[in-house]
Amino acid sequence: MAEEEQQTMERKVQDDRQVVLSVRDLTVGFGDKIVLDKLNLDIYRGEILGFVGASGTGKSVLMRTVLRLLPHRSGTIEILGANYETASDEERIALDTRLGVLFQHGALFSALTVKENIQLPMREYLDLPQSLMDELAYVKLEMVGLPPDAADKYPSELSGGMIKRAALARALALDPDLVFLDEPTSGLDPIGAADFDALIAKLRDTLGLTVYMVTHDLDSLFSVCDRIAVLGEKRVLVEGTLQDMFDFDDPWVQSYFRGKRARSVVTNENQPPAKAGPTDAGKT
Amino acid sequence: MHCVNDIVSEHPYPVSSSLAKIEAEELPDGGERYVLTGDWRNHSVAGVLKDLDHLGKTGSQKAVEIDLSGISGIDTAGAWLIRRLMTAKGGEGREAKLSGGNGTIEELIGALPETTPAPPSAGPDKRGRFERIFTPPGKLVVDVGRDFYAAMNILGSAVRGAQLKFGRGAGVSPASVVTHIDRMGVRAVPIIVLMSFLIGAIIAQQGAFQLRYFGAEIFVVDLVGILQLREIGVLLTAIMIAGRSGSAITAEIGSMKMREEIDALTVIGLNPIGVLIFPRLVALTIALPLLTIIANFAALYGAAVVALLYSGITFDTYLSRLHEAIDHTSIASGMIKAPFMALAIGIVAAVEGMKVGGSAESLGQHVTAAVVKAIFAVILIDALFAIFYSAIDF
Repeated sequence: MAEEEQQTMERKVQDDRQVVLSVRDLTVGFGDKIVLDKLNLDIYRGEILGFVGASGTGKSVLMRTVLRLLPHRSGTIEILGANYETASDEERIALDTRLGVLFQHGALFSALTVKENIQLPMREYLDLPQSLMDELAYVKLEMVGLPPDAADKYPSELSGGMIKRAALARALALDPDLVFLDEPTSGLDPIGAADFDALIAKLRDTLGLTVYMVTHDLDSLFSVCDRIAVLGEKRVLVEGTLQDMFDFDDPWVQSYFRGKRARSVVTNENQPPAKAGPTDAGKT
Repeated sequence: MHCVNDIVSEHPYPVSSSLAKIEAEELPDGGERYVLTGDWRNHSVAGVLKDLDHLGKTGSQKAVEIDLSGISGIDTAGAWLIRRLMTAKGGEGREAKLSGGNGTIEELIGALPETTPAPPSAGPDKRGRFERIFTPPGKLVVDVGRDFYAAMNILGSAVRGAQLKFGRGAGVSPASVVTHIDRMGVRAVPIIVLMSFLIGAIIAQQGAFQLRYFGAEIFVVDLVGILQLREIGVLLTAIMIAGRSGSAITAEIGSMKMREEIDALTVIGLNPIGVLIFPRLVALTIALPLLTIIANFAALYGAAVVALLYSGITFDTYLSRLHEAIDHTSIASGMIKAPFMALAIGIVAAVEGMKVGGSAESLGQHVTAAVVKAIFAVILIDALFAIFYSAIDF
């Protein structure tokens, strides 16, 4: 009984929170093939949502559709309370400045140095003197854990992990409200990946970021994600806390979260699978 | 956790309802209090920079209190400005402390570094005048030399063919060569035909116009025949192919280089030059002479049409005059040049492709360089052949 009460309480807390991204009945397809069918998804302010799914289930398609890089057939997408399709041009631009995206392979502009990459959005949208933009670029580099001498390097001179960090610095250039991360820790060594997770959690705490993270890194899922959503069968199969994942009866979800690798992560961290509910971020 | 940005964030886009402001107040004990109000986010802090500069330089020697309670929104830009002010005051030996924050702001400010490294300033050019003047031409000469080595390397490796490092022997895959002949040769036919038809017609028209004064209009057939077969046909076709296929080769090889595909081939044990460049060179060397033949036919036909319409020279007359004007050497002297030009185009394009670095900009640079250098090489080869032919009376 008590547990049930607690759950309802939790649900209530969730309902009170501000929805940052809301996807309703989204259908996306190419030709005859339907990739996403009437998909629903909500992300709340200040949370880190981990997004998982087998390869080819449309995780990237969903992210690209939400970012309007792909067209959708039906459904609505509301980001930060605005519907992109009905928004005016000014609102769209303003909306763009409040989103940050870390692409899987960084997508840094190869003809620009790291510093210029970070400053590009600032230069376009803000009215700040060059000296302050330089300082801010160095601050962002410091925040993502890159040495200052990386500022004047070109992306082709950076290692994979440094590219990820530089791309995150660019995604954070305008201090966005909502950040999309596409496999941020893939290709990083475990220490670097753990640092990256800690960094994202710290940024969430200090900047009040909301994070949409596509990841296969079980460590990330277990350590920083407040909520997890699983994509399968063309929709969100299940979303909720880690405990919900353990309780959900689906072969793929079971093998993902109860598999050998997942178990070893859980035991290593010596942490019960039941995670505390999402933080009370977002309430003033 | 409390999020200070919430008040403003409910709107779909930033509302600069209140710009950032800072005001200094004297405290009774001689210290100062800076009262910060408004929205301290990146789109609304620009106005406060002057005040901050001013405050950073002035003031007494007593402690400073920074009052954050009036801030309605903040991000790293605003937090950095506060941090910078604190560091500046700390540098003066004054104690700077924050007050009135809700925890988050302090946390954010605490997460920022105290100082950033000064942006590196380019030191004065220490080189002497001699060095500054002669470095660029020297570099150019060295680059030309390196290009030549690279070209010879590619030519040599291409001759060795597309063999594996062990076994299987030499051999070029016929399928690959045929594909490239299709792409570089067959698909270039329409544009080559159109271009050559027009060139032939223009030469005939201009020639006939000038020769009319001498009553020698019939010699326009000699003019077009010799000029087209010996020089123009092969030259313009080669220039067209340098632009069309040379750029394609550079772009293909360059982007493969950027994506480490060339490295992958090497590691698998294949000679990338043999696998990638050799088929293209073979295809170009076969395609360009064939295209030249087509171009010659098209140009002569264009000239014949103009001769008929403009000067009243019938096809029969045109053909018999053409027969007398040209012989095998006219055709041969033009055709011999084609394979050499094809090789030059292919090698220049491949060298430039292999030089592509990591950035998209460098790809663009090298594609441009490939086309320019290939056209230059083609014209240079044509000139060398002209000198050679006149020396041997060919």
